[in-house]
Amino acid sequence: MTSKFETHELDVLIIGAGGAGLRAAIEALAQGVRVGVVCKSLLGKAHTVMAEGGLAAAMANVDKADDWRTHFRDTMRGGKFVNNWRMAQLHAQEAPDRVRELEQWGALFDRTENGDILQRAFGGHTYKRLCHVGDRTGLEMIRTLQDRGVAMGFDVYMECTITRLIKDGDRISGAFGYWRESGRFVVFKAKAVVIATGGIGKSWKITSNSWECTGDGMALAYEAGAELMDMEFVQFHPTGMVWPPGVQGLLVTEAVRGEGGILRNKNGERFMEKYDPKRMELSTRDVVARSIYTEVREGRGTPHGGAFLDISHQPAEYVKRKLPSMYHQFKELADVDITKGPMEVGPTCHYMMGGIRVDAETGQSSVPGLFAAGEAAAGLHGANRLGGNSLSDLVVFGRRAGLAAGQYAAKAAHGSVNNAEIDDAERSMLAAFERPQGEDPYQIHRDLQDVMHNLVGIFRNEEDLKRALVELEKLKERAQRMHVDGSRMYNPGWHLSRDLQCMLTVSEACTHAALARKESRGAHSRLDFPKTEDAWGKKNHVIVKKGTAMAVFEVPVRELPDDLKQILAEEK
Amino acid sequence: MAEVTLRIFRGDQKGGQHVDYKVPLVPGMVVLDAVHSVQGHQAPDLAVRWNCKAGKCGSCSAEVNGKPRLMCKTRMDALPTDRPIIVSPMKSFPLIKDLATDVSWNYKVNKMIPPFQPRPGVEWKMDQRDVDRVQEFRKCIECFLCQDVCHVLREHGKMDEFGGPRFFVRSASLEMHPLDGASRTRLLREKLGIGYCNITKCCTEVCPEEIHITDNAIIPLKERVVDQFYDPLTMLVRKIRGASTP
Repeated sequence: MTSKFETHELDVLIIGAGGAGLRAAIEALAQGVRVGVVCKSLLGKAHTVMAEGGLAAAMANVDKADDWRTHFRDTMRGGKFVNNWRMAQLHAQEAPDRVRELEQWGALFDRTENGDILQRAFGGHTYKRLCHVGDRTGLEMIRTLQDRGVAMGFDVYMECTITRLIKDGDRISGAFGYWRESGRFVVFKAKAVVIATGGIGKSWKITSNSWECTGDGMALAYEAGAELMDMEFVQFHPTGMVWPPGVQGLLVTEAVRGEGGILRNKNGERFMEKYDPKRMELSTRDVVARSIYTEVREGRGTPHGGAFLDISHQPAEYVKRKLPSMYHQFKELADVDITKGPMEVGPTCHYMMGGIRVDAETGQSSVPGLFAAGEAAAGLHGANRLGGNSLSDLVVFGRRAGLAAGQYAAKAAHGSVNNAEIDDAERSMLAAFERPQGEDPYQIHRDLQDVMHNLVGIFRNEEDLKRALVELEKLKERAQRMHVDGSRMYNPGWHLSRDLQCMLTVSEACTHAALARKESRGAHSRLDFPKTEDAWGKKNHVIVKKGTAMAVFEVPVRELPDDLKQILAEEK
Repeated sequence: MAEVTLRIFRGDQKGGQHVDYKVPLVPGMVVLDAVHSVQGHQAPDLAVRWNCKAGKCGSCSAEVNGKPRLMCKTRMDALPTDRPIIVSPMKSFPLIKDLATDVSWNYKVNKMIPPFQPRPGVEWKMDQRDVDRVQEFRKCIECFLCQDVCHVLREHGKMDEFGGPRFFVRSASLEMHPLDGASRTRLLREKLGIGYCNITKCCTEVCPEEIHITDNAIIPLKERVVDQFYDPLTMLVRKIRGASTP
């Protein structure tokens, strides 16, 4: 069937051009199939560029005792054992090869004395494990992958937003979207789709995430019948900027602590001694975030409601060399010279451990032809992600999803794209223009951020979560009455009206899952259920669309094989 | 609360003009915050690119009071707020709408540059000092402000003959990679038109990453081109051998 819209026919469509999407594209291309990458921003601007501290891989360049087993154990421990163990195993085993590959494609990591890739300490990692480039590792990675993909000749559809996945029966057959620039609609026919759309931070008021992180991929997959998992596990990074107001939430890399940064409250007390005397500032992110939050709540916060993070005891030249962008960020945006005095920091919504439930080996979801990788996929990180495990996740599972999608597409035939569905997708995009007046998408977005910040934040309880569900219903209802001004040409209000739908879906999923897990584990802290319970450690929550409603059910955490159990039992 | 007037260009290829918006001033505010405030409360269809809001992605390039800047790194309190702050799109690129311009030309130039090619049988060891030199170039966030300000592009519109500072920086990052084995000098001379650059350093001045574009990238590349194509001894040898230029 032909469509009345511009149509591109591909074998594999990749949604998202961050680390996972680009790595998937490279691997799919290597399978000899036609690959297209769609991204909401310009190429090279994806949220991966914000990643600072490094990429975790047991290369053992600095600490010779490191190996994949230790990395596996650290990841499982950090995730409080509800991780998909097979993903954690593959990740730990394959990350070093993915790093070497990046280097062979032109990435330039910082070096050790004898010329190898340098590795730094990070929270929850037993050994110095993070391969890095100062504090701009994400930029190095994305530029390397981008250059590689361009050299291989992938098609990139920039500033294009996908609003619907199209299926032929059970399987994926394409996607519908619009060009942000012109507002015109576009159809991609594809045998396989890889979702690599990243996170959901924009649902919260204080976040390190960019405008793009609106949970599009998770919402698209959910609407297409795929399962979401572990949605209660939202990571609040312990150290975001707290002042001035405009930069609230902006990331302060964990590398500051990795390089020796010390946290203190307003009384000058090194408070991590109370919360995790063994690991101190390099405890896992969930613990450090809660500790700072608690200090502030109990009246020991800094003037702007955070904690002091101090690296000024290190030589100024060292700080400027190892943390150049932090140095500039604070100097230019907050008038603070971090080589001379402390930063003020506080928790910021940073990362989604949950996402689309996928097969560990292939990244395939429960929908045939639909794959996911990176932050949009669930499983690797369990209840809490270790710093540095995200960049490695992107390349390990981006490659695996691209490989599987490429192989799948090489064998599959194109499905049909139903015109009635395209028409419906078009109608739903145009509705907000046709209403003469109605709700303002920006206002609904601000209200959503307040709801999630106040009721589904670092500490949760049943009353708040139930209230959040009521508030989300009201917001969904208001979103049905949105009105958008102006034309379809590069219209951010219109774009937001669509992204908002995705944010509402994932916000609801987070809240349902958070309400269902009646314990505290990793990033999920319930004031009414403060303990971590063994029984809950055997369950993940899965969310799926039933009719028009969201259904939550429990699935058992997969039992570990004996050899991996053995690794977890070892004390190090 | 103190207010400031933002005079933002509104329009597209068909035309447009600057429009005044009053914005409440917040401590530490940057121009991008002010533009977002306008977008969120007064002009929902105001087109502006941004991503990280931390000077790491290079999306929010514009001209603030006539100077090419990243809006996320331009503090309002560093500007005279007693008169309107004028925000315009980058001039060197075709306008899409409001503050968004069509920068696709840059992506086309980029495709011409041969990627990193490790020398055969190379050992993957590098000295930090060699890496430092190249890391300076790899800091580039592709904000294209250097392209915007470069007079070869801005005044003379030589998009067909000249690659611009950004792609000299990228070329330099490859040419000076300790393990790279490819040569891009012919491309630099013939397709990227490095000879057009007369080292006025405008690009260096606007670079938000403080890359020494002219001194560390362009001049050494110009020297390589001269060495390869204009070195008198090489030219003599070539003449004797009857060989064409490499």
